[in-house]
Amino acid sequence: MNDELKELRFSVNGKPYELKVKPKALLLDVLRKELKLTGTRTGCEVSACGACTVNLDGMAVRACSILALQANGREVVTIEGVADGDKLHPIQEAMVAHGAIECGFCTSGMVMSARALLLENPKPTREDIRRAVQGNMCADSGYVKYIEAVEIAAKKMQGGE
Amino acid sequence: MGKEHTEEYSIIGKPIPRVEARLKVTGQAKYAADIEVANMLWGYVKRSPHAHARILNIDTSKAEKLPGVKAIITGKDFNGFTWGWSQPTRDEEPLATKKVRYLYEGVAAVAAIDEDIAQEACDLIEVEYEPLPGVFTPFEAMKEGAPLVHENRPGNITVEYHWNFGDVEKAFAESYLVREDTFQTPRMAKGYIEPPATVAYWPESDRLVFQGAKGSPYFPYRILSRCFKLPLSNVRIITPFIGCDFGGTKNDMTNGDFSTVMLAKKAGRPVKIVASQFDTLTTDLRRHPMWITMKVGVAKDGKITAIHNKIVSDGGAYTRMSPLTHFLTGICMGMPYHLPNFKHDVTCYFTNNPSSAAMRGHGIYHTTFARECLLDMIADELGIDRVEIRHRNIIKNPEPGTIYETINNVHIATAGTEECLTKVAEAVKWEEGKKKERIKGNKAYGMGFATGTYLSGTQLSAHNACAAIVRVCEDGSVNYLTGATDVGMGSDTVGCAIVAEVLGIDLKDVDIKRVDTAFTPADPGSYGSRVTVLAGEAAINAAEDAKKQLREFAAKKLGAMEEEIVFKNKQVFVQSNHARSVPWERLVRMACYDAPGRVIIGRGHSKRATDLHTLADFSTGKGDIGTNYSFTAQAAEVEVDLETGVVRCTDNSVIAHDCGFPLNTQAVETQVIGGSYHQGVSAALYEEFKMDKGLTLNANFVDYKRPRAYEAPMTEVLHVITNDPFGPFGAKEASEGSTCSAPPAIINAIHDATGVWIKDLPAQPEKVYWALKEKREKEQKKEKKK
Repeated sequence: MNDELKELRFSVNGKPYELKVKPKALLLDVLRKELKLTGTRTGCEVSACGACTVNLDGMAVRACSILALQANGREVVTIEGVADGDKLHPIQEAMVAHGAIECGFCTSGMVMSARALLLENPKPTREDIRRAVQGNMCADSGYVKYIEAVEIAAKKMQGGE
Repeated sequence: MGKEHTEEYSIIGKPIPRVEARLKVTGQAKYAADIEVANMLWGYVKRSPHAHARILNIDTSKAEKLPGVKAIITGKDFNGFTWGWSQPTRDEEPLATKKVRYLYEGVAAVAAIDEDIAQEACDLIEVEYEPLPGVFTPFEAMKEGAPLVHENRPGNITVEYHWNFGDVEKAFAESYLVREDTFQTPRMAKGYIEPPATVAYWPESDRLVFQGAKGSPYFPYRILSRCFKLPLSNVRIITPFIGCDFGGTKNDMTNGDFSTVMLAKKAGRPVKIVASQFDTLTTDLRRHPMWITMKVGVAKDGKITAIHNKIVSDGGAYTRMSPLTHFLTGICMGMPYHLPNFKHDVTCYFTNNPSSAAMRGHGIYHTTFARECLLDMIADELGIDRVEIRHRNIIKNPEPGTIYETINNVHIATAGTEECLTKVAEAVKWEEGKKKERIKGNKAYGMGFATGTYLSGTQLSAHNACAAIVRVCEDGSVNYLTGATDVGMGSDTVGCAIVAEVLGIDLKDVDIKRVDTAFTPADPGSYGSRVTVLAGEAAINAAEDAKKQLREFAAKKLGAMEEEIVFKNKQVFVQSNHARSVPWERLVRMACYDAPGRVIIGRGHSKRATDLHTLADFSTGKGDIGTNYSFTAQAAEVEVDLETGVVRCTDNSVIAHDCGFPLNTQAVETQVIGGSYHQGVSAALYEEFKMDKGLTLNANFVDYKRPRAYEAPMTEVLHVITNDPFGPFGAKEASEGSTCSAPPAIINAIHDATGVWIKDLPAQPEKVYWALKEKREKEQKKEKKK
């Protein structure tokens, strides 16, 4: 295998990076091991659990299933880039207040899938939310409170309460 | 405790947002795989390609020459050390030396400068095996002359229990109706998404630090102390955040855990091993597959006269927790229905499958499934309503101050089952619903009911240490130390809430750290729904002890008797005159500064687990395994596609739950929805490991099916408050009991909708399709005969 390092220029959480990476390196491994952004979790490694979901140019993608070099020249947002300093994003705020979070391992992915949804569709129906987080597996919440939390956040972001 | 009025409480009994939620929602929470230590190496485990084989030779010479490799170990490095769930069941080695007993069992391990090299080095290790014939079901294992998984265990029997209460045979002879059937529960993944990971290092040659995803950190504490001949004082287990457990692997040890520690010792550098999801799904502990033959006798009015269980179970390669699992299949049979005669025969067999162990609803899950389905069969045969037959058998909530004792000496002070069942039947409007047409086009709709029970505050001899330390800092903030581990269920929040409630301060004033055996008191950890009940009691006692020390100062300062001093809303005042008061912070500062050298440290431990009743006896099946017992009733509606066999649970489902008193209503709801109803749906309709001679065929989350958000029913949770006198603030366990009632409620609903019985879980579409087809063909034959 050609392991010659390739140049990767991309933006992560608004910050520009220039790295040299192996062509086979996954975006997930570069985020976790090179940039130490461990909030993006390694779950199934086969795009099935969604724990590694990040936003790539605003879209929800599984960082375990794309190469780091595919992010070249693009914008990545991870869970670490969602809150505005100490101020939680409305999605995060709702998940905390509504009691959606249990062990928290799927939470990063849930937030990132919900964020991508609301960027594209600020007024989602419950069905839209269910579809948006269908790739995020959770073992202990039953999804119900996560779905409700996204509804609460969407309303809040629309100016309602 | 067990107070009647929730208004008395400032914090508990209300929705309490989790103390660690912010760390989790921002990605800052560190799980084991996120831990990095300077100079760290990566480890990898070499695994066996045979399910049953003798190890003839291991040659590591090629691997040693690979640049970047820093240490290689085999099982021989552990000098014959064996371990197990209890002293007599130490049948497992850290890495196999003479024989492998299941596919992918670890035989060697490598530490290298990166993961790729460690993995490559493992490929270079040459292991010579002599493959042996294996046994892959308990029915193969029990045959005469079958290959032995453990040479010193004749008949491949892992554990067996034979209990007898009353006179079952006489009761059957006198019964109006006796019904017997066999049910099957499958091999299931524990379901955590976080693969286990471990980092270990030796700060000094006789001091070990081990950071791993462990729900019971004091298990590795003891096991590693024995394995590496270290005093307990030198074994430091630190738990990071844990991405769920549900019993089993994260209580216990893995090949990877031992390997990390030994590799770190050998390499003289920190080592980290992160399991892949494939490792997790092929080698981690699973739910026991069981074949449950249950015989139930009833009187004409549907009252149960006797139950006889005959259970065969697949324990896999090693004993692990099987003695407890199979004890639990029977110990709670006397609840929630009155049972006058009871016989229990259960045998678990060794096979060459990965080991089985505890999983949510541990043991009780299997027999609850069989009993609740049989009750519906009996109700239909006797023409009694399915809710009514349960009401006729339910143990009524004992009058306050009285105790109900089951036939096997289990003691119940509170039982809200009757109220739970009434509530769910009303909520789904069963009286109207039962008359409704079941078929609409190519869909059939049905409603199913089930009840469940579970022990809380497990009592196991030698495993009851449970204490808390409440350290009051001079500015009034508080450190709460417990050895009980929060694996996701919210016990850290409840513990902090209890301490804050007792001291009359705010939740944010109480801080909790992750368990660290260097500082926290010994504790069995998270299993058997024990943490809230026992660690909760310890937290109360520790906070009360700290309060007692502060009260002395308050009494002096306010010129009142100690008994008159009240702590509430961060004020300390005299009961008869609230104006005579001092703010909490000021009182604490005075107390700390008053006598030089004094610090306020409260200590408390849980006494109930040992003092209450008689400890359970595994050989006779008698006694209390729990401090108290939770109860659940549940109604679930399904929609069955008559053409495809696809079953969907609708939103029309309700769980009523008696957890005594919900200390954090929000956490109880999320737990009951997700940790029990949703997992129940998953168990009833989706989950099963498909096996072929020890090989797990669907070892990934694409082929191992579980429900997704779009197919997750939105259920409702109703709280039934019984205020148990033996739980902290009246609490009992939450949501493990309701894991047990979900699968039978769903299977009963499928029967209600279609008339077919799916007696072997899960009711996947293909199974339902064939059952529907068979039923149709039978009906057509009958028509022709007419």
